[in-house]
Order: sequence, then C-alpha cells, then structure tokens
Amino acid sequence: MARKASNTRKAVVTIAAWSIGFLIFFPILWIIILGFKSEGDAIKTPLQVLFSDWTLQSYHDVQARSNYGRHFWNSVILSVGSTVIALAIAIPAAWSMAFVPGRRTKDLLMWMLSTKMMPAVGVLVPMYLLFRDFGLLDSRIGLVGVLTLINLPIVVWMLYTYFKEIPGEILEAARMDGASLKSEILYVLTPMAVPGIASTMLLNIILAWNEAFWTLQLTTSQAAPLTQFIASYSSPEGLFYAKLSAASTMAIAPILILGWFSQKQLVRGLTFGAVK
Amino acid sequence: MATAHSRTAARLMLSPAVILLLLWMIVPLGMTLYFSFLRYNLLMPGMETFVGFENYYYFINQPAFWSALSNTLILVLGVLCITVVGGILLALLLDQPFWGQGIVRVLVIAPFFVMPTVSALVWKNMFMNPVNGIFAHIAKSLGLQPFDFLSHAPLASIILIVAWQWLPFATLILLTALQSLDREQQEAAEMDGAGWMQRFVYLTVPHLTRSITVVILIQTIFLLSVFAEILVTTNGGPGTASTNLTYLVYAQSLLNYDVGGGSAGGIIAVILANIVAIFLMRMIGKNLEA
Amino acid sequence: MGKITLNQVRKSFGEVDVIPGIDLSVEDGEFVVFVGPSGCGKSTLLRLIAGLEDTSGGIISIDGMDATDLPPAKRRLAMVFQSYALYPHMSVRKNIAFPLKMAGMDPAEQEKRVSHAAKILNLGAYLDRRPGQLSGGQRQRVAIGRAIVREPAAFLFDEPLSNLDAALRVSMRQEISELHQTLKTTMIYVTHDQVEAMTMADKIVVLNAGRIEQVGSPMELYRSPANLFVAGFIGSPKMNLIDGAEADKHGATTIGIRPEHIDIGGDGPWEGVVGLSEHLGSDTFLKVNAGTLGTLTVRASGEVMMHHGDSIRMSPQPGKILRFGADGKAMA
Repeated sequence: MARKASNTRKAVVTIAAWSIGFLIFFPILWIIILGFKSEGDAIKTPLQVLFSDWTLQSYHDVQARSNYGRHFWNSVILSVGSTVIALAIAIPAAWSMAFVPGRRTKDLLMWMLSTKMMPAVGVLVPMYLLFRDFGLLDSRIGLVGVLTLINLPIVVWMLYTYFKEIPGEILEAARMDGASLKSEILYVLTPMAVPGIASTMLLNIILAWNEAFWTLQLTTSQAAPLTQFIASYSSPEGLFYAKLSAASTMAIAPILILGWFSQKQLVRGLTFGAVK
Repeated sequence: MATAHSRTAARLMLSPAVILLLLWMIVPLGMTLYFSFLRYNLLMPGMETFVGFENYYYFINQPAFWSALSNTLILVLGVLCITVVGGILLALLLDQPFWGQGIVRVLVIAPFFVMPTVSALVWKNMFMNPVNGIFAHIAKSLGLQPFDFLSHAPLASIILIVAWQWLPFATLILLTALQSLDREQQEAAEMDGAGWMQRFVYLTVPHLTRSITVVILIQTIFLLSVFAEILVTTNGGPGTASTNLTYLVYAQSLLNYDVGGGSAGGIIAVILANIVAIFLMRMIGKNLEA
Repeated sequence: MGKITLNQVRKSFGEVDVIPGIDLSVEDGEFVVFVGPSGCGKSTLLRLIAGLEDTSGGIISIDGMDATDLPPAKRRLAMVFQSYALYPHMSVRKNIAFPLKMAGMDPAEQEKRVSHAAKILNLGAYLDRRPGQLSGGQRQRVAIGRAIVREPAAFLFDEPLSNLDAALRVSMRQEISELHQTLKTTMIYVTHDQVEAMTMADKIVVLNAGRIEQVGSPMELYRSPANLFVAGFIGSPKMNLIDGAEADKHGATTIGIRPEHIDIGGDGPWEGVVGLSEHLGSDTFLKVNAGTLGTLTVRASGEVMMHHGDSIRMSPQPGKILRFGADGKAMA
C-alpha cells in the first residue's frame, strides 16, 4: 500500500506538473483564445490580446467562406467511412488470427505492420497517376479507399490484441450450442469485443481525420477534408490570425474531444497491445 | 486447436485483408519501380523512353539528395531524442501523486490530436512569426532582436513542432508503463535496502525498455514520412535546408513533373525505410514476444 | 438416446500422437468419467467427441450414426466447460436460451424450457442478472442450464468443478449426480480428481498417455486394478506398492496393499517407526518407515494416538494383497 506522501512534496509536484501541462497545452489554448478576438487585436502582444474584447466575428467570417461545412463533412465521411470499411474487413481477419492461429500467424501480423512502414512517398507517383486516370482525383471514394488501406494493418492488429483476450472456450460453447460461424461472430464475439472495437474505431477515426499526406496530395477542393482547408491558410491568408484560429479550433475540436474521451484505449491501440 | 472446417473458414475470412494489402503493396510499388527506369515527364507525355539507372544516378547525384537524406535522419533522431528523454522525465513527474492528475493528463495529451497542418500553421504564425509571433513579442519585451526561426533555423524549428506533437504520445505510453510497475517488487527492493536511484536503474528502467522500444518503433514509422509540417511552414526551404526525402520526392514528381526521377527517389526512400524497418522489427520482435 | 461408440479413434498434433487409438463404448444413460493425470489426453478425447477437434483417424458414432465429420452443432451434444464459458454480455435467461435461439425455436417454447431448467437448477431468482454478478457455483449452474435446455443426446463435462472451492465442489458434485438421476441422460465427465471419479461414475475410464489403462465400475477399479498405474491412481491415500524380497514371497514383482488394509498392533509380520501422523478426526494416517519395505501409509481409526518415533508392528489383512508382474500388469 502506498504511503502518504508529504503535502509539501505533493504541492511541489502539483505546481511542476501543472506548469508543464500548461506549457504543452498553451499553443492550443492560444488558438482558442485568438479565435474569439478581432483581427486587429489578435496580432498584439500576449497581454494586450488577453485584455482585449471578445468577439464571434471570426467564426462568422469563417462560416461566410461557406466551404468550412463541406470540408468538415468531408473529414467526417473520410474518417468514419474508411474506419467502418476497415473494421468490416478486419473483424473476420482478426477472428481468424486470434482463434484459429497457424504457424504463420505471427509472420502475417508482422508483414501487415511492415506495409505500414512503406513510405507513402514511394508510391506517390503511381497513386497520383492511377487516381488521375480513373478520375478519382479530388473524389471522396478514392480517398476513402486509400485511408482504409493505410489504416487496415493497425485496425487488424488492434482487434487481434483485443480478441486474444476473449477466451476461446466461449466461442466453442457457442459452436456447441449450434451457432453458425456467422452467428458466432455476430451474437457472441462482436458484443463481447464492443469495448475493443469501439476504441479501435475511435483511434482510427483520429488517425484518418489527421492524415495529411494523401489528403493533401489527392484532393483540391470538392473532396478536400479539413487538413486541406487549413493548409490553404499557409498562404498570406495565414496572417489573418483570428480567422485562422477560429478555423483551426473548429478543425481540431471534434477530434480533441474524441481523443480525450478515448485516451486510455489509445495507448493499448497504438502499441498493438505491447503496453497495457 | 481447431477443426478443418474452422481452418477453412479462417482462411476465407483472412483473405480479403491479405489480398487488399498485398495489392496495395505490389501494384503501386511495381509501377513506381517501372517508372523509375523511364524518362517520364508529365509535361511531355508520350515521350517515355527506357533509360536504365539514369534516374537513380541523377537523383542521387543532385546535391539536394544528400541534404535531404541528412535532414531526414536529423529530423527523426532529433524528435526521437526529445520525445523519449522528455517523455521519460514527464512520465516520472506525472506518476507522482499530485492534485488534478486527470486534468493535467488531458492537457498533456492534447497536442497529439491536433492535425499536422494546424499545428504547423499555429507554430509558424502565432509563435515563430518574426513580427507578430509570441516569441517575437517576448524578445522585444526583453529588448532583444526577434529571431526569424523558420528562415534561420528551419530544420530545428520543424523538429520543435514535430516534437511537440509527439511528446504527448511518448509520455502517455511511458506513463502507462510506469503505472503497471509491480508495487510489491518495488517494496521488496526497498526492504532489500535499495535506494531510490538503485530502484530506478535496476527495476524501473528495465521495465520501461519495452515501452521505449514501442515508442521508437511507432514514432519512426510516422517520422520518416513527415510532410505536412514542411509543406505549410517552409516548403522545404530556404534552399533545401528543411527538405526531407519525402518532400524531395514530392517536389521532384509533382512540382517538377519529373515522374521518372521522383519514382527513383521513391524507390530509394522505400529501400531506406526497409533498412530501418528490418532493424526495428528485429528489436520489436524480440521485445514483443516476451 | 445417447449411445456413443469410439472405434480406433486417433489424434495427433503434427508429429505427436496424443491419442494413439482408442476403442470405447458409452451406453445410453451411463455416467462415464474420464480420469487421468494432466496431459493424459482426456480433455482432447472429450473435444474429439464434441467435434471441437478433428480426429486423425477412426470413427465416432452417436446412436449408431457416424458423427466423425459432423460439426459440433449437429452432434446433439451439450458441453459444460471448465471456465463455464458463459456469454458475459447476455443475461442468465438469454444465456440459457441461446442454443434454443440458434435452433430457431419458437419464443414461447424457449421461455417454457428456460423456466423449467431454472426451476430444476434453482436459478429462478437470477434469470435477469448477468453472469458477472453471479458466484462461481451459480455460474456453473447456468452453464448446466444452458446444456440441459437442448435436451441433448449426451452431456459432456470438461473439469467443470476445478474452479470452485472445496466445499462448493462437494455440493456441486452431488447436484450433478442428482441431475443425472433425474434426467437419465448419458454424461461424459472429465476430471483429474479421482474422488470425483469414484463418487459420481457408473463407469470410470482411466487414461494415461493417450491410452486407456482400464475401464470399469469404481469398485472394480478399487478392488482389482488392472495394472500398477491404475493401482497407484485410484484410491486416496495412495496404495502402498512394495517390491523386492517381500514381493518375491508372494511370487510377484510388486505387491500392493491399500492403507486401509493394514492393521496395526499385535504381532504383525511387518515392523516400522512412525514418521508422521496426520489426525483427521475420523481417521489417522500414519507414514511408517518400514525399513526394506520402504515408507508405508497406514490408515488407523481416529482414536489411535501415535507419535513421531513410536515403533509399531503391522499386518496386512488376508486376501487384500494385490500382486503385479514384471510388466506392471495384475497377476491372477
């Protein structure tokens, strides 16, 4: 049992931890604050910024550019769509590897992970040309496919580690009870793995939402998600701090909340179960 | 431990994932390999000719290649050093009992969820901008000349931005590992007369090795292909001062329309990544089995 | 009906023959226990019968029908697992009804059967709870409930009591025996605990290294074990096995005598020094160092007070000495 730490020590640690936590969080805090300031105030010194008036003007302006909504929906469709498709492919695959392991299962998993190591840039040219020739450039369908494929190894790995923890006897019991393979996966495995599937889903939505190589290369406007929308501010428009901040806040807020919500599962997921 | 029936079913259900990944690996990579032996420029369609290893020759012999290579390595190693060392220290701190642990955890993890384009833009404009950035304001208030980070120390600035994004990840994983330390083992060591330092060296560090391996593996996968941060901050410049391999290939193929040269660069990037991957897989394979 | 016949059933994992070939017949309504040390292949044999593993050879027939290649669901067998294997996300009611739902049974009939099973097993009050909220014994009963609603040809039990504490084990043992009396359905029960085997079985199958050492009723195995392995395995405390000069006197390589068949006192032919005496109240078990005979275990009545270092004389009860030949087999 832990002993009671002295209160002085606890106070020192508290101050240190909060200061560092504040420092790390500060850039995010700062864009949230700047988003509620006028353009004129946003470029002043930090103290002046803090004591200037608050306004929703920048949010109105960003809304007025009107394409924010489209980019937001593109982000939602791309991240949720690619994750759901990846799950549909990965659940049966993970079932196979977790409950009917063969001699090659470990190798297969390692190979899947290794496809994740292939640098995207190595296939940039052919992907670009394929997309161009099939008319998929700037289309959501093409990008959903690519995001599905790049996240598939991680989805399989995560589900595998979660499934491994479900005792095989329960699935055997279902088999003895007369369940077909479909019923076994649908009525027994999936409901039992709901927490694992949910966190896999969350993590992959986050990764897909923030993916910024293929989304930048393969979209321009129609299918462009928020990564592209924000990247457009890298031009001189970036100097409009307040609008940039408001837009950034809107781009990261949904995922930040989702991320906080799932941070525990995130660790297990991203380390493929190697750290619990 | 299964019947022939379930093994057949397993193979069937595994195949979509395997086939898709196999196609994803082979088709584009095969095309890249093929293009890399052609003179192929998007501005001159229909003029493709087979040129053997010429593209590789030119890609490697341009001065930008070597600086891109060293930039890639500096970027990966720099970020790894900062995040691993910083992550360990931060995890040790956060593992102590203090008021508001949950809130601080949430604050620390936040940057990981910020999309790369946003974090790069925020750092570029709100912090590193030599006129209106916070760093410039601080310098001015101290009576110093504001420093133009992205022009004068572009690579270091990008390392800082990327490290900010990945420090939370390292911290969170190491913290989780710390919390799974066997308290009884710690107490036994204490009974055996081991001091704080000895317990850290002989119990905590070995316990953390596995998690550090994982942190290095995962981060390397992502760090080798840092792209968005460079695109929105420096565009690889000034000159090639902050161009990494990923960015160089992008510039060659889609900005200069030199598909052949870009493909050769892509293949070189894949080969380099594989060297790193084999090395890492060995390491992680050993550590993951345990 | 539930007659199960195994004909030269084999199982190998790769190069390893786990079960080299077994012939066995389980009669309808019989309570058969597979017993043996861990790793003897008893669970594998049960899983072969269940259809959870493929046989490498031989024929399994159920009620005269070849079931060797049938999937588990088609064999009309129900199984109770060591870990209970309840579905944690379903209520007790849904757990018990699951096999009926899979069979596509009419919901009213499902409900009828579930309440009937719940009544037999005293689960009525728990039907809407989740397995996680139940005690070990209650979970065990749910697992049994899930098995009985299907009215299977036979029940298979895979070490069902090994996760329970000692007291609960005894009462569950009795419950399962009573259930067998009520249902009169064939049961095959796997355990490594010879007490469970002795108390529950109509017929015990002693397995060792994938082979059947002996098949018989509990008392047959107790009275006349076919070989040294069965002699040593059945009975608690273990039978005393003596070889050397004393065995030669009986014309055997090894002789066996159970602890309860040795009388102490008087002028018995054997003598020894008490090493350890365990007083259980009703009985006293003595570990006696008997020189060339080795260490003998002797059961005496609870009133006998012996201490470390006491010298005693012992005599085997007439006709209770079992003789074994050089091949380990019992001699007539």
